[in-house]
Amino acid sequence: MKELTCIICPRGCHLVVDDELNVSGNTCPRGAVYAKQELTHPTRTLTTTVRIVSEKEVSLPVKSDKPLPKEKIFDAMALINKTSVKAPIKIGDVVIKNIFGLDVNIVATKDVSR
Amino acid sequence: MIKKRLVIIGGGSAGMAAAIKAYELGERDILIIEKNAYLGGILNQCIHNGFGLHEFKEELTGPEFMTRFSKKVEELGIPYRLNSNVLNISNDKVVTYSNSQEGIVEVKADAIILSTGCYERNAGAIQIPGDRPSGVYTAGQAQLFVNCYGYLVGKRVFILGSGDIGLIMARRMTLEGAKVLGVAELMPYSAGLNRNIVQCLKDFNIPLYLSHTVKKVEGLSHLEKVTIAKVDEKMNFIEGTDITFDVDTLLLSVGLLPNVDLFNKLPIRISRTRGAVVNQAMESDIRGIFACGNVLHVHDLVDYVVEEAREAAVGAVQYLNGELKHEGHVYEVNPGNGIGYVVPQIVYIDDVKDKLSFKFRVRKPYKDVDIYIKEGDKVIKKIFKPAIIPSEMEIVKLDKSLFLKEANEISVYVEERK
Ligand SMILES: Cc1cc2nc3c(=O)[nH]c(=O)nc-3n(C[C@H](O)[C@H](O)[C@H](O)COP(=O)(O)OP(=O)(O)OC[C@H]3O[C@@H](n4cnc5c(N)ncnc54)[C@H](O)[C@@H]3O)c2cc1C
Ligand code: SF4
Repeated sequence: MKELTCIICPRGCHLVVDDELNVSGNTCPRGAVYAKQELTHPTRTLTTTVRIVSEKEVSLPVKSDKPLPKEKIFDAMALINKTSVKAPIKIGDVVIKNIFGLDVNIVATKDVSR
Repeated sequence: MIKKRLVIIGGGSAGMAAAIKAYELGERDILIIEKNAYLGGILNQCIHNGFGLHEFKEELTGPEFMTRFSKKVEELGIPYRLNSNVLNISNDKVVTYSNSQEGIVEVKADAIILSTGCYERNAGAIQIPGDRPSGVYTAGQAQLFVNCYGYLVGKRVFILGSGDIGLIMARRMTLEGAKVLGVAELMPYSAGLNRNIVQCLKDFNIPLYLSHTVKKVEGLSHLEKVTIAKVDEKMNFIEGTDITFDVDTLLLSVGLLPNVDLFNKLPIRISRTRGAVVNQAMESDIRGIFACGNVLHVHDLVDYVVEEAREAAVGAVQYLNGELKHEGHVYEVNPGNGIGYVVPQIVYIDDVKDKLSFKFRVRKPYKDVDIYIKEGDKVIKKIFKPAIIPSEMEIVKLDKSLFLKEANEISVYVEERK
């Protein structure tokens, strides 16, 4: 049995999930969907920065263009922190392609012109 | 002296959204004055995602969100000055700014929109007992350092206050290799969004100590120890509940305050929001001076900042075109049971085009609650909410036709269903 807080709306229902993935405590169906996803395959979008060689900036904000499996977040951080890019960069430019073969790219979230 | 029809002070999301809306309404003589070297304001350092769900129906990071607006400003050719700090606004709307190229410049404005954002409450503002070592930062300062300068302020961190910026920094510093030992919150409930409690604290097993606060800060030159303790309902420390953490960094996430410095010398009343008292057009006590965004009241969602900025722009353009009459039936809007504040505080109902929105926060969390809007002693609107919390601002939009123009007081209050 697992307990978790639903984050879909501000009510924040206290969800209880049994071993057969039956959800209780949810006030609406969205809570059950969330709990199942969260317990079977939790994912998170990663946002962080990479070093950039530029006249203006020292770090470039980036994100994973799709959510990453939660357990890969720290490995992704380690790889991103070893990476560095050069200006010019545009929003959406791929900084790391297909990270760990997960079909997720790390992309720039800011324009840095020079 | 330069003359401008509309001067916008502060080029954050509020300032940019107001400028774009005013342009779309036909106003062409606009100037945005921004202190920083870029447009975008606080969003530049908010690299996390969660912005723009209402505005763009997608989840953007802060820099992506602000870039959409700054590109639009460029595209429309709306003039702006960067690196320009506004020093003063006079009663007759002369705006004084300075920068290194032009020196001190005076601009005579017909209308002004103030959108200078907010600042963080700091150690001085909350009076933490104990030594005054280095290593104490506001969460926003630490955010600026790590996200924009690539500098992590510490390795072992404690966070006071469960505001969203603190929660986001707990995750951010953990991802960058720091150890966050806990977050203490004075109130029995979090000041931040549930989503952030789960994704920033629970994901990394960072404990949240509710009804706790910092009792002592120790360290000769640099911070070494932070002691927290539990408080009772009267906010007195409960003996025997002390917990001491060995840390080099204390982050404060204890609230934001509207940056109304430029209003201080003017005959403008300040409301419970700590921002200016405004009418339905987001206009202050001085006709033609408007405010929007975090300088008016602290927002949790940039989408609502943008919406409010558009209301201010509509108001400013109405004013410039002589359409704000300030005549006819007036209301004073007051927060009733359970409500901390309501914006706007004054309504000239005849100046409202078609809809009017009331923005407010509750004082504490409620479940299964009805929100009432009353004119005099008649309820003109009732809305049921399954849950409502102080950290999320509520907006109620009302049709102009709902107003009876009988009484002069409007009150907003909540009642829990039993
Ligand atoms: C640290 C932080 C984190 C946040 N996280 C989120 C989030 O995750 N999701 C979300 O939706 N919302 C979030 N918000 C809320 C939202 O981003 C803000 O409410 C919104 O961006 C504020 O816009 P603004 O234009 O009112 O203020 P700001 O963005 O602060 O803009 C104010 C501008 O005015 C300029 N200025 C100030 N004084 C002067 C002067 N004297 N002369 C000239 N210029 C001046 C400043 O330089 C700045 O550019 C966050 C807010 C903060 C403070
Ligand atoms: S279960 Fe439904 S009502 Fe409860 S928090 Fe989740 S979305 Fe909200």
